[in-house]
Amino acid sequence: MSIINLTIDNKAVSVTQGQTILDAAKKVNVHIPTLCHHEDLCVAGNCRVCVVEVEGNRTLAASCATPAEEGMVIKTNTPKVRNARKDIVALLVSEHNTQCTTCYRSMNCELQELSAEYNIDNNRYLSVLKPNIQIDRSSWSIEKDDSKCVRCQRCVRTCAELQHVNALTVTGKGKDMKISTFMDLPLNEAICTNCGQCVNRCPTGALTERRYFDRVWEAIGNEKKHVVMNTAPSVRVALGEMLGYPVGTRVTGKMVAAMKRMGVDSVLDTDFSADLTIIEEGNELLQRLKKVLVDKNTEVKLPMITSCSPGWVKFIEHIFPDHLGHLSTCKSPQQMFGALAKTYYAEKKGIDPADIVSVAIMPCAAKKFEANRPEMNSSGYRDIDAGLTTRELGHMIKQAGLNFKELEDESYDSIMGDSTGAGVIFGATGGVMEAALRTAYEVVTGREVPFENLNILPVRGMEGIKDATIKIEGCLPEWSFLEGAELKVAVAHGLINARKIMDQVAAGTSPYHFIEVMACPGGCIGGGGQPIPTNEEIRRKRAEAIYDEDMHMKLRKSHENPEIIQIYKDFLIEPLGHKSHQLLHTTYKKRNHY
Amino acid sequence: MKNKELKKVDIIFDCANCEPFEVVKKALALSPDEIIDQIISSGLRGRGGAGFPTGLKWRLAKAEQSETKYVICNADEGEPGTFKDREILDVVPSKVLVGMTICAYAIGAKEGFIYLRNEYNFLLKDLNPLVESFNQNLKKLGMDFTIKIFSGSGAYICGEESALFESMEGKRGEPRNKPPYPTKFGYNGKPTVINNVETLVYCTMIVRIGVEPFKKLGTTDSRGSKVFSISGDTTKAGIYELELGVGVDEFVKEFGNGDTKAVQIGGASGHCVPRKDFNKRIIGFEGIPTGGSMMIFNSSRSMYNVLKDYLEFFAEESCGQCTPCRVGTQQLLKGIEAVKHGEKPSSYLNQLLKLSETMKVASKCGLGQSVHNSFSSIVKNFHEEMIY
Repeated sequence: MSIINLTIDNKAVSVTQGQTILDAAKKVNVHIPTLCHHEDLCVAGNCRVCVVEVEGNRTLAASCATPAEEGMVIKTNTPKVRNARKDIVALLVSEHNTQCTTCYRSMNCELQELSAEYNIDNNRYLSVLKPNIQIDRSSWSIEKDDSKCVRCQRCVRTCAELQHVNALTVTGKGKDMKISTFMDLPLNEAICTNCGQCVNRCPTGALTERRYFDRVWEAIGNEKKHVVMNTAPSVRVALGEMLGYPVGTRVTGKMVAAMKRMGVDSVLDTDFSADLTIIEEGNELLQRLKKVLVDKNTEVKLPMITSCSPGWVKFIEHIFPDHLGHLSTCKSPQQMFGALAKTYYAEKKGIDPADIVSVAIMPCAAKKFEANRPEMNSSGYRDIDAGLTTRELGHMIKQAGLNFKELEDESYDSIMGDSTGAGVIFGATGGVMEAALRTAYEVVTGREVPFENLNILPVRGMEGIKDATIKIEGCLPEWSFLEGAELKVAVAHGLINARKIMDQVAAGTSPYHFIEVMACPGGCIGGGGQPIPTNEEIRRKRAEAIYDEDMHMKLRKSHENPEIIQIYKDFLIEPLGHKSHQLLHTTYKKRNHY
Repeated sequence: MKNKELKKVDIIFDCANCEPFEVVKKALALSPDEIIDQIISSGLRGRGGAGFPTGLKWRLAKAEQSETKYVICNADEGEPGTFKDREILDVVPSKVLVGMTICAYAIGAKEGFIYLRNEYNFLLKDLNPLVESFNQNLKKLGMDFTIKIFSGSGAYICGEESALFESMEGKRGEPRNKPPYPTKFGYNGKPTVINNVETLVYCTMIVRIGVEPFKKLGTTDSRGSKVFSISGDTTKAGIYELELGVGVDEFVKEFGNGDTKAVQIGGASGHCVPRKDFNKRIIGFEGIPTGGSMMIFNSSRSMYNVLKDYLEFFAEESCGQCTPCRVGTQQLLKGIEAVKHGEKPSSYLNQLLKLSETMKVASKCGLGQSVHNSFSSIVKNFHEEMIY
């Protein structure tokens, strides 16, 4: 790799070949504003906000898209550059709905920041905002407001490069160019997985999650209603970013305290139902292995693939509708939680399930869609009445007027508030796999997984597809058919990687027995409902916090959770039993491919 | 200084001794480097309008190490007022194919494409069989080169070379970031020479008649002749091959109808020359470059309407990806309307001129960069027409 020497604003800098002017500028602490640029995505070079002067060139260069060259002399702050940038930002503002006061992304909007930085006068140009733009609220998960779109195409690139879904695309040209869907279908009819990754990367308020917090406030304010909230594992390591904490801070205790102060009747933990998922899913895997290996049942599909990620579930329903048999029939922890809130919890607490409002706080946009899947009501009541994102919870905490940093840590309520480290790590890619192995291995052998401190490092980390092989030895008599078997597992995150894994499954060449798939890059810590912005560094820090939380738990295996032991004793009786099947398992549906 | 006089030339359409494969054989007798040297020494510059030295383009592509290289003939003739490529493909298509073949031999390409403007599909009736027999004859000559025709879909922007590649690759026709340039990273990411139809014919002719007859025409910066598409207020509308470097006054003397107010040189993305400057400007790369479009306006024409037409065209035909071009074109259009209707003061035109400067330096491709040419030349020269 050859070294390129150039100067930026009279400072000499060296970069490696292939790096851009923008990369070089960062090295010498020169800040160049950007808008269409995103670290997770390929170069676009279309907003032109990052233009700089290259000595000897007739035109300005987009620094994000121009490779550094030997001997380049770059100026980033000349009148020509400032003028062009100011004009460009003013042009973006002129086609923008500038009602910032009513925008969900106000104070967290890249266009707003640029506009302030360049002191844009709204009268510099005439408004060319298209009249009569309708907001698309057809989806349960995502709201699309074209009047706020800056056409940076980050969403399009996200949907194509990270997710390989291509729900969003560019249509029209010139003044009519816009971001749309195939055939301009509303989002609920487009082949969209609701993952919300586009929302995470939208610089403005054009793409946001559908908000339901006003309904939740209503319920909290209603004396007759008993509001139960459960918080997903990855919320506690990201929420702090919205409330003044550095990335990667664990704020579990303060978050619980805040929710209690908001007036939530019972603050419970999705980690509990994550532990429960492990028991059900782990047993399902072992049963499938038995049916295939011992009973030679050809109906049963291997590899079994996890079903906790609703974006992933909708993806497979659309793209691989003939392979739904590979999905675990387990509901996601959110839905298990809801089903039990309306049954087990109601029974124990002596509350009429009709008066319970179950609210899930999730790192996710797709969870909103999942909560509204028609089949998610096997108790006779909706499992989940409202699904909120981490961002919505952050807003609610601000709306409640709480000084978050000053709150004393509090603990989750009971019942369904206990959890283990295994439940916590659901929040990071590889976590479900690790948690499942911690339990399944022990069920089969009676011994702990053979990894130091229970940390199954091969399935951790940010690589797109990870795999591992675990040799099963010293089985308990009941599982002797697995003696000496090599359990092959894989973990994929980001739907582009899920597709690679599924192409193998569809071709019948998948070498694996068990696969974990999470729709979002990094798993739930990078979910579509998490605080904005996101990038690999942020996701890595959140994941570290997740594993840190795990290490600080007394119990780190799902089957050791006392409330899990209790619920099987009092209510569910046995894994995969009658009640489990009714409440905790689900079915899938084939969806259209186009 | 007196401007160069107008001289009609007959190279492009000259069909004397027109045996295409004789020219191919003549080229094959030279080494690739000898061919490239000839093209460089002829001083030939791209006839699509941008004027990049053709031989240098070929040399850059030849220098690239790649198994796969392409030659593409840009026949997406979309500039308003240009219609000379259509005529060339209609009258002397073999010369285009020969030009592509010479280029392929010079740079080491095995495949060539003609990117044909959608509206020119009527030419396919004759072009398809011609290309087919041409390919067979190339095979007989033992040359490993095949030409195919790719039909565009009708977007102006796809005449921009990198948008054209995207379009051929089945993607949305949007210009790419440059660098890398086509000679390094073109169609399918492979080294590609993309030349205008007319440029390729000149290459054919330079090999056939030699460098000197070509080179002695024109000026130092604008060697040779060029095919012009002449339209507007003239009784002689049509296609003419003229020596480059001619003065606009000489041009108007020949083609104007006696009442010429302005000549728009180079189409909507070109420059407008007003009567007072006819004797000061010449047509060529050192003066006003053009892809061939010459629109003549007499004094009955409203230059406001002319400009408004151009801006409507640009606001429609911008691909829309980059901010300066997508929004800038709309602002210029809306802005001149607002001034005309008294909704903005006439001083707002100065703001718009500055905006067109920004578009010139900050747009991603030639489309947005060249809106400034017509905008500033019309607004500055016909300021009063913009207001009253």
